[in-house]
Amino acid sequence: MPSITLRVNDQEVSADVESRTLLVEFLRDQLGLTGTHVGCDTSQCGACVVHLNGVAIKSCTAFAVACDGMQVMTIEGLTKNGSLHPMQEAFREHHGLQCGFCTPGIIMASVDIVRRHGKKLDEATIRNELEGNICRCTGYHNIVKAVQAGAAKM
Amino acid sequence: MSDTGIGARVQRKEDRRFLTGKANYTDDINLKNQTYGYFVRSPHAHATIEAIDTSKALKAPGVIAVLTGADLAADKLGGLICGWMIHSKDGSPMKVGPHPALAQGKVRYVGDHVAIVVAKTKAEAKAAAELVKVSYGELPAVVDTGAAQKSGAPQVHDVAPKNTVFSWELGNKAAVDDAFARARHVTKMKLLNNRLIPNAIEPRSAIGSYDAAGEHFTLYTTSQNPHVARLVISAFVGMAPENKLRVVAPDVGGGFGSKIFIYAEEVVCLWASKRIGGRPVKWTAERTESFQADAHGRDHVTEAEMAMDERGKILALRVNTIANMGAYLSTFASCVPTYLYATLLSGQYDVPAIHAQVDAVYTNTAPVDAYRGAGRPEATYVVERLVETAAREMKIDPAEFRRRNFITSFPHQTPVIMNYDAGDYHASLEKALALADYAGFPARKAAAAAKGKLRGIGFSTYIEACGIAPSAAIGSLGAGVGLWESAEVRVNPVGTVEVLTGSHAHGQGHETTFAQLVSDRLGISFDSVSVIHGDTDKVQFGMGTYGSRSGAVGMTAISKALDKIEAKAKKVAAAVMEASEADIEFKNGSFTVKGTDKKMAFGEVALAAYVAHKFPSSEIEPGLKESSFHDPSNFTFPAGCHICELEVDRETGATNIVNWVAVDDFGTIINPMIVEGQVHGGIAQGVGQALIEGCVYDSETGQLLTGSFMDYCMPRAHDFPSFKLGFTETKCPSNPLGVKGCGEAGAIAAPAAVMNALTGALGVRDVPMPASPHTVWKAMNGTRRAAE
Repeated sequence: MPSITLRVNDQEVSADVESRTLLVEFLRDQLGLTGTHVGCDTSQCGACVVHLNGVAIKSCTAFAVACDGMQVMTIEGLTKNGSLHPMQEAFREHHGLQCGFCTPGIIMASVDIVRRHGKKLDEATIRNELEGNICRCTGYHNIVKAVQAGAAKM
Repeated sequence: MSDTGIGARVQRKEDRRFLTGKANYTDDINLKNQTYGYFVRSPHAHATIEAIDTSKALKAPGVIAVLTGADLAADKLGGLICGWMIHSKDGSPMKVGPHPALAQGKVRYVGDHVAIVVAKTKAEAKAAAELVKVSYGELPAVVDTGAAQKSGAPQVHDVAPKNTVFSWELGNKAAVDDAFARARHVTKMKLLNNRLIPNAIEPRSAIGSYDAAGEHFTLYTTSQNPHVARLVISAFVGMAPENKLRVVAPDVGGGFGSKIFIYAEEVVCLWASKRIGGRPVKWTAERTESFQADAHGRDHVTEAEMAMDERGKILALRVNTIANMGAYLSTFASCVPTYLYATLLSGQYDVPAIHAQVDAVYTNTAPVDAYRGAGRPEATYVVERLVETAAREMKIDPAEFRRRNFITSFPHQTPVIMNYDAGDYHASLEKALALADYAGFPARKAAAAAKGKLRGIGFSTYIEACGIAPSAAIGSLGAGVGLWESAEVRVNPVGTVEVLTGSHAHGQGHETTFAQLVSDRLGISFDSVSVIHGDTDKVQFGMGTYGSRSGAVGMTAISKALDKIEAKAKKVAAAVMEASEADIEFKNGSFTVKGTDKKMAFGEVALAAYVAHKFPSSEIEPGLKESSFHDPSNFTFPAGCHICELEVDRETGATNIVNWVAVDDFGTIINPMIVEGQVHGGIAQGVGQALIEGCVYDSETGQLLTGSFMDYCMPRAHDFPSFKLGFTETKCPSNPLGVKGCGEAGAIAAPAAVMNALTGALGVRDVPMPASPHTVWKAMNGTRRAAE
């Protein structure tokens, strides 16, 4: 069984993993970081989005062994010293979540949208950039508002 | 209004755990010594099971057990049930085919449960499932709703000739026939209500755990109603008596109806845990399993006609519907196309005569049951498409046509059971017309035409019935359960409060809105109220959340328990302040004695109730805890007007919604932020049905062609504009809060609004849902060119 070492939420982690173990399985089952969710098997829903070396990826589509030596940030790592990240805060303020299941993935994707497009986001950009995330509860209306407000505060 | 009381836009208590990855969904739970289950499912729509060879799978690494329908039968467990008895018009009871949790002798749809493999890891269970050899005898399948009753169609269940579950009717046929004979105009349409797959983003999941020492089962499951799950698994499946079965529905990631039902998987996980000696068995659906085996929604084929007089006054409505039930009757399947559908066919209109005939049919497809709106979107679609089309045919403005037919006095008895208690349909229509700038539409249409776009505007003045009740009435209509709700309010000695509710939140924000009610009523801080739900060991009983019932029914139960708390606290306060109970007043969290300056805070009274020093326990019991079971006297009737404005690209057939106005009357609104969110989500699901989503089975083989998010189109952010919302308010008279229900309105209203706008833009009478670009292109260009 291969052994890997990586940094997850600024903590070094070493573990033995099966070659077939996906990054999301490693995070959830071996590290107990259950904030990252699995909503599909086809890389469509985006509930599993995390940051790998600072870039948003779908962790259901990466093998854990392929992430050896890299830095992973999950939703659990976004909160610093008990304070919500501005994007998390904006989702609360604008009611950008209902059941909460897609929320970690959408927030991680949204933080990456800001990295790529800057803090001033128009509605069309946000809607197009959320292509890889499905929410069944909100109709996206408040998610768009939350991303716009969160981006401005980052 | 306080900043956390009724009507305040309070941020949600529950959000922090969801935002920080600390929520607790079923799949996040892992029990000691847990094993994993993987289901062997039927690859055929219809087949006999000739033999199952488990020998190879049993030898595979990590495998603990492989269990089949024969094992289940040996343990004499009962099958899954449908909890609502419908009688056909000839008086005969509906024809219920057997529904074992693991197939016995026959499979009836692709995804039907054949066996479970239990192994030490998920991967081992899945790999070993490939080694279970099932010999099938393939049979021809019946798939399409309209084909099920044809002579010679394959039979899904022997007990149901012509695949007919029931042939039911409602209303007065003679009165309708008479009105049609007098009509000056008749509008007739064939309308298909497309089959949908609910797709909550959290897949279903279950952990069954058996404690041999205590002969006690625990089930963690993705349920909207854990108590009903316990009741069914106990009383009908016969797994264990209720006191030996705990069901926990922790955080649940969306339901939309699909998590109401008692499914095979959770029953099998519980049973399998006992079979393997008590190690917990966990199963979580892969998305394809959700597509195959979650209960689907809608799937009606309807022929309907509406009769009008010369001024466009509706005289009568005649509706014939065939409703697809799938291969088995799911938990509440039979009430959806009957008492949740035909009873709403009067819409917002004064229709003197209605007759509805509904045939429910078995097919070799997944079971169909309630999905957001459940019957009411189908009814609204029929009524609103007919009304819009009739108005166009009679060359009456569709808004004016509606005005001429609106019900204006309440209570109003419709010809189809419902007694509407309150509403103002003119108010919501006029407000919506103003918000949508209806007067400016011709100019916008002309401007769009200049850009090569076809622009349309469509209305949907919908009505729904929420908080299905009262229990005695629905019992007389065939319901197997009562539909009241329970609440328990526990005041702690320091004056903080826990509310235990039989409602279940899976996105609706009950922890916030219920706390707003308590904070408002007791005058205590919002932060000092906690809401507890979803565990049969904590909450004694409850009916769960669906049908937009938690505000009207669940919160009213809390309100009644709060009445009792106040009454008891007044007794305590009177004793402590040495006053007459009649002189005690309670306001803003303080008990005062009329005409004096004597005063006690709510928390002081709570403490006094628990220390019990200042009153004789023979007269007043110590403690401060009250409960209530609330059974409403009527449904609530939310209603409103949604207006969709859209543009169609002439070249591609792509439809772009450019404006959406929703004006809804939900009665009293507890938290506008949460209510708006419910409306947004409902609209998205309704627009999804109209333009984007559709479940497709191969009509010959019964193979599910839309079995993943790659094939079943889910609405995404770029499919919508921002929505414009408005509200009107008529209070619901049948509950003390005046609340109605808001969870399903969008999904009920939206499909008709979209299709009325789209057919208007294209200048055609009808386009089938989902109106994909290809479908729209064909409607514009004819089928001949589309085939080229």
